[in-house]
Amino acid sequence: MAKVALSSIAKSFGATKVLDGIDLDIADGEFLTLVGPSGCGKSTLIRIIAGLEHQDAGSLAIGGSRVDHLRPHERRVAMVFQSYALYPHMSVGANIALPLTMARLRLWQRLPLLRLLSAERRAVMRGIESDVAAVAAQLQLGHLLDRKPAQLSGGQRQRVALGRAMVRNPDVFLMDEPLSNLDAKLRVHMRTELAELHKRLGTTFIYVTHDQVEAMTMSDRVAMMDSGAILQLGTPSQLYEKPASLKVAQFIGSPAINLLPATVAEGGRVELFGRPLALSVPLEPGQAVTLGLRSEALSLVQGEPGGGRAWFSARLRRKENLGSEYVLHFDLAGRDATGVTMRATPAVAAGVNEAAEVTLGFEEAAAHVFAAAGDRVEPRGQGAATASVVPLRAGA
Amino acid sequence: MTLALASASGPAPAARRRLRIERVTGLGFALPAFVLLLLTILLPLAVLLWLSFTNYEFGGVDMDWVGLANFRKALADPIIRRSLVNTLLYVAIVVPGGVLGALLIAVLVHRRKRTRSVYEVIYFLPVTSTLIAMATVWQFLLHPSLGPVNGVLKWLGLGPVAFLSEPSTALATLAVIGIWQLLGFNMILFLAGLTAIPRDLYEAADIDGCSGGIDRFLTITWPLLGPTTMFVLVTTMITAFKIFDTVAVMTRGGPVGSTEVLLYNVYLEGFQYFHTGYAAALTFIFLAFILVFSAVQTFALDKKVHY
Amino acid sequence: MTDLVLPAPVTPVRSALRRFLSLVLIHGVLIAGAVFMLAPFVWMLVTSIKPPAEIFNAEISLWPKQFYGLQNYGFAMEKAPLLRFALNGVILCGGILIVQLLVAIPCAYALAKLSFPGRNALFVLVLLGLCIPVQVPAMPLYIALAQLGLLNTYFAMMVPFFLSVFAIFLFRQFFRSFPDDIINAARLDGMSEFEIVWRIVTPSAWPAIAAFSVFSAVAHWNDLYWPLIVISDARLAPPPLGMMFFADAETGSNYGALTAAATILTAPLVIAFLVARRRFIDGITVTGVK
Repeated sequence: MAKVALSSIAKSFGATKVLDGIDLDIADGEFLTLVGPSGCGKSTLIRIIAGLEHQDAGSLAIGGSRVDHLRPHERRVAMVFQSYALYPHMSVGANIALPLTMARLRLWQRLPLLRLLSAERRAVMRGIESDVAAVAAQLQLGHLLDRKPAQLSGGQRQRVALGRAMVRNPDVFLMDEPLSNLDAKLRVHMRTELAELHKRLGTTFIYVTHDQVEAMTMSDRVAMMDSGAILQLGTPSQLYEKPASLKVAQFIGSPAINLLPATVAEGGRVELFGRPLALSVPLEPGQAVTLGLRSEALSLVQGEPGGGRAWFSARLRRKENLGSEYVLHFDLAGRDATGVTMRATPAVAAGVNEAAEVTLGFEEAAAHVFAAAGDRVEPRGQGAATASVVPLRAGA
Repeated sequence: MTLALASASGPAPAARRRLRIERVTGLGFALPAFVLLLLTILLPLAVLLWLSFTNYEFGGVDMDWVGLANFRKALADPIIRRSLVNTLLYVAIVVPGGVLGALLIAVLVHRRKRTRSVYEVIYFLPVTSTLIAMATVWQFLLHPSLGPVNGVLKWLGLGPVAFLSEPSTALATLAVIGIWQLLGFNMILFLAGLTAIPRDLYEAADIDGCSGGIDRFLTITWPLLGPTTMFVLVTTMITAFKIFDTVAVMTRGGPVGSTEVLLYNVYLEGFQYFHTGYAAALTFIFLAFILVFSAVQTFALDKKVHY
Repeated sequence: MTDLVLPAPVTPVRSALRRFLSLVLIHGVLIAGAVFMLAPFVWMLVTSIKPPAEIFNAEISLWPKQFYGLQNYGFAMEKAPLLRFALNGVILCGGILIVQLLVAIPCAYALAKLSFPGRNALFVLVLLGLCIPVQVPAMPLYIALAQLGLLNTYFAMMVPFFLSVFAIFLFRQFFRSFPDDIINAARLDGMSEFEIVWRIVTPSAWPAIAAFSVFSAVAHWNDLYWPLIVISDARLAPPPLGMMFFADAETGSNYGALTAAATILTAPLVIAFLVARRRFIDGITVTGVK
């Protein structure tokens, strides 16, 4: 177990800058996820931690000591690859045992023929076998030890890759998109298993994914990356509730956050579709801003609320039935925004018909304001304006 | 109307016509190849088989059916036996040298980034060069008194070695030249095989502590290169078994028969002494070996799914 | 699960040293091998510009004291029609290649895309043909050519190679992956099968054709066995046979002239290889296709 400290890690491939001075401290036993769109540098970063790539500048410490000069296996890290990278010609047992054979047998004891001369080897091999069996039991792989990887299902292969990582008792687990080759159902299941595994082992996990759901559901902290830089580092709820920038807001959350164009009026008051909101920001009047509204922040309201209320009218384009709830897609007729989505209970959804004109209301406190450059702007005097909007009740 | 017709009587006439056209064009396209196949392979093989049962001598008038006499004679002929032993000896030197050497070079070259293409060119150069011309150069390189190889040996305090005129060294020397010619070809085949091994596996191995050259090779490269190795092995066996050029130019079977090889004897019997019937039998012995090698290859490649 | 045991503490200096040593070792092996590979070429070039006196004093020097290249090359060119040998090589390779392509491409297309009676039998014959080296049908072919009075002709040199079962096999593999939809579309557009082969399918197989062409040219430029059998007239000799005649007849131990001749006859292919490196490597290793 160890903490991991990255300072000013930079890396370029030719003229392309992939990582631009990354600073990141990961606590002992933490589950940290690097999330971001493809090409954001997250995979390169984890490969640098593993020692598979070498940074151009900056330094890396694991457990308090510098490891920049160490080869991958000397760094006491284990890695699970996207493709699992199981050795196709070896049995499951041999795959899991490999890290231990490498560590516990001398080179000559591993060579063909020559190894038969070693008396000690058998004892070592027995020790390895029992360790492998222990790990296999934890992962319910016990009955598969003699199979070849090609004979396993995706989920089983995934567990073998985990077993190979666990068996060496590493200080840090590195996982590079480990679930992306699984089908959707299995992925959900493995999310839970991984989170539980982390809890059980208490080891530091560094996890790379492009899937924000994985990031949100498993991590202690999430580092959202884009273009070689960390945009925001925080707990999943921090990222969701207080996205530091438009990019973070757009990436985190499903359905994606609704973005509406707004402007700053006199006194910093934000105007949406020409109507002032009970929301003011420390920006110069006349500036364009973007208003971010999560789909659960919206609700149907009856009629047109009085002045000063946060509302806008929309037309229902489509109802998407997810079973437990609906996602309603609205067009904003004649407005610049493409459309908005709203979550609704089946009862609420039943109350609206397609193509119906409705009024959508929201609480200003739930709105995120982003300046033109994409940075988050904290509203002034939060709480001053708590507009009361009556949600449309079922059957009303 | 055509639709109604079609449903009434199986395939539409148009479709049937199409099918007929396809058959005719197919036959037409295959015909030239088939005629050449007949004239340059099948018919000659049949004639060869027939000749091997006769005592025909090219240019002669008489010939008699002699049954298996040619084959019996060949198997008892000490010259043929010696040439067969020499050929197999040559194969036994060239195959390990040419395959393992190429594998070593390929593994080392594969990991180079900037220098890879330079090494590729250098090692491949002998493959494209005309062996007969280079044989002359080798002859000079190995010349007992004028060649630089013996020059170096002398400088090292070793006596001059008459590589090609000493019965004990002549065949081995030819084998070294054979390896020289073949190494680059095999190297390229191995490089192609190495490229097909996923990089992930090496990275996983790195992390698992399997990072030394020997470990990486034994754990990943060698097992995953199995099918390539099998292919290279058999191709090399066949190529080596067909040794002719260097013998014909450099030693002509000498000294004292130490480099007489099977194909050279086939050539001598068939085209110098014109013992046509006998040479036909020898050709079949030669062919039998080639077919065995090919069969091994087909069999092994069928089983190439080893995991 | 016990902890990993590391043999010794790894310091930055140690790891740098380790990397350096492994590089030295790798390049040491590769360079030693490269010297073995290149030595004959270097010695050939060096000797071809040395005067006899320097050749015969058996000193190892990589550059002549007296430049004698003109005399050696002049002598070689004068004593043997080396350019003629090279020209014969070009004619031989060109003639063989053209017929091989003309025969193999339609046949491969038919095997890959058309159904006709005997198709499977023909393909089996092709596969069997792959195992038969030219040395096997050589004698009956020789007898036939002799009876027809065709020995000592370009035709005799080329005829056993007109059919390349390997080309048929290779192109068939390639054509099989050509989309049927395009062929059907071309048929609907009124193209004949003949046009489809040569104007639609063949251009798409360009990489395979280029690779095969290199393979074929290199093989026949360097082939000795068959020309040795059917050619006795030096004016028709391709490079290897020409080299053999030259080495036999003229020079004895005039190594300056011999190496000059070897240089001239090796040069065309080696230069072509250096120019089109990738094509050559692809072409010659195309036999590795499974």
